[in-house]
Amino acid sequence: MSLTQAGRGDMPYQVRSLYRSLLRQGRQFASYNFREYAKRRTRDAFKEHKNEAEERRIQDLMEKGKQELQMLKRQTVISQFYQFDRLVVEGGKELSQKGNEGGLMREKDTGWD
Amino acid sequence: MSNIAPTVARQALRTYSRRHTSTALGYVSPRFAALQQARRSYVTETKPNNATVNVDTAVRADQKAFLRETGKRPEDATIPTTGLGADAMMNPTAGLLKHATVMDQGARPIYLDMQATTPLDPRVLDAMLPFMTGLYGNPHSRTHAYGWETEKAVENAREHLANLVGADPKEIIFTSGATESNNMSIKGVARFFGRGGKKNHIITSQTEHKCVLDSCRHLQDEGFQVTYLPVQTNGLIDMAQLEAAMRPETCLVSIMSVNNEIGVIQPIEEIGRLCRSKKIFFHTDAAQAVGKIPMDVNKMHIDLMSISGHKIYGPKGVGACYVRRRPRVRLDPIISGGGQERGLRSGTLAPPLAVGIGEAARICKEDMEYDSKRITMLSNRLLDGLLSLEHTTLNGDRERHYPGCVNVSFAYVEGESLLMALKDIALSSGSACTSASLEPSYVLRALGSSDESAHSSIRFGIGRFTTEAEIDYVLKAVRERVTFLRELSPLWEMVQEGIDLNSIEWSQH
Repeated sequence: MSLTQAGRGDMPYQVRSLYRSLLRQGRQFASYNFREYAKRRTRDAFKEHKNEAEERRIQDLMEKGKQELQMLKRQTVISQFYQFDRLVVEGGKELSQKGNEGGLMREKDTGWD
Repeated sequence: MSNIAPTVARQALRTYSRRHTSTALGYVSPRFAALQQARRSYVTETKPNNATVNVDTAVRADQKAFLRETGKRPEDATIPTTGLGADAMMNPTAGLLKHATVMDQGARPIYLDMQATTPLDPRVLDAMLPFMTGLYGNPHSRTHAYGWETEKAVENAREHLANLVGADPKEIIFTSGATESNNMSIKGVARFFGRGGKKNHIITSQTEHKCVLDSCRHLQDEGFQVTYLPVQTNGLIDMAQLEAAMRPETCLVSIMSVNNEIGVIQPIEEIGRLCRSKKIFFHTDAAQAVGKIPMDVNKMHIDLMSISGHKIYGPKGVGACYVRRRPRVRLDPIISGGGQERGLRSGTLAPPLAVGIGEAARICKEDMEYDSKRITMLSNRLLDGLLSLEHTTLNGDRERHYPGCVNVSFAYVEGESLLMALKDIALSSGSACTSASLEPSYVLRALGSSDESAHSSIRFGIGRFTTEAEIDYVLKAVRERVTFLRELSPLWEMVQEGIDLNSIEWSQH
């Protein structure tokens, strides 16, 4: 598809770029389980197909990946609208009421991503 | 939250008092100002503000004094005998509120009850959302595009579901859930074929789901005869016993594919073949099996099958029923009306839900290999960890077993108290339908386990979104708290001393 376009880079570059975007987008899930699943599934899917040689097949898979990316973009936004407390297994700061300010704070943890 | 009201009150007081001072109002007529200056007051001015104690400043002053005296910040110090922080002692509202919420911090339990229900997959939600917003047509409307587009989506979903179980799309009937599918199949077949009074016998097993057992009980009141087959100690039914229970007047056999409490996989293919050879209809409740283990209605000779949406990461409130067309299975419909769904289940379909279950089925088919590999890995990790504790046993057969359902008995520990101790993990001791009662599970009783063993069993459900970290957390928590609860138990002490508990004669009260 864009193999013919010189400026946009070659296929391996595009594949890596899609992989990075999928991982980056998957990290945006507010829910711990979905976040972990998105990371794991992306990694395993790319690993599974790393030896694909047929050009047509690669393009089909890329197309599928792009659709998944669109879905991730929509669903991560929805997930961030409805946030709940963190699970007990998660580290970092949590939704907390410290008392000295008196209000509910939802702290964005910096330094994690 | 509780601090909002005082703040609002204080603010109101402040603005109210300002109205009387000249500084607050930018514009004051010179005449009014002169009048004010002329008035001399000999007593202290009375303001509503003066009557209120400013808690914040008072507490801050206290905290400063504390820091000066002890060299510690109040939130870091604890008052010795109370166990409360120093800030809680000084500032009742703020400090205590903090203590009340500290326990709730990040305290959403780990979800490990995938047999009760599963979370909705984001991919499924993504497919459903258009039908909850813009595409709201009635799929049965044939006269306009709104109807056509939803009908197309529903038929597409039906096809995905049919592909998952190896059926024809026309054989899939959408219902409200597996309970309705079970009711529809059992009562439908029994009533249709029992009309002449000849075919009035039904066979089911003792470990079925409540809705199957209750439907059969209901049919018994209508004059049908029902055989409740016992199961072996591993949870599987005995084929010889099943064959012996079949009579010429038997019209239906209903055996579940995967048990919801112990995860045992019944020999569906053999049962199907046996039923086909005797020309008896075979219904299976596959709510826990579809999408998790490979199911093929033609290979397994299944005539009727119940499917649930929310057990395969789809939405709640939707299910499906597979009804074979060749050879045709005829049903007496429970719900009559507009004749939708081949007349077997009238009522307008819910396109968002139908699309949701269809998408869930598509994902399950696509990812079945990947998911089952992962669930097996996690399940082995959990099971090995749990069985390394002493006096723990797996309920049900180890080999013919769906790995996502792990039911383990912890001897000398009360199951309900273990559940209470494991508040940070969402677990259940049996099916969700019976979790309100303290009765021991009838499924475990049917396996022949003793009351104590049935009482001390816990079910762990592993699903697509479970992580390794969660399993490790659960293992650690269970190990700690089982040991703790056993330390409390006098029975455990006796067992450690080598006393056989069965030899004790308990005195009567």
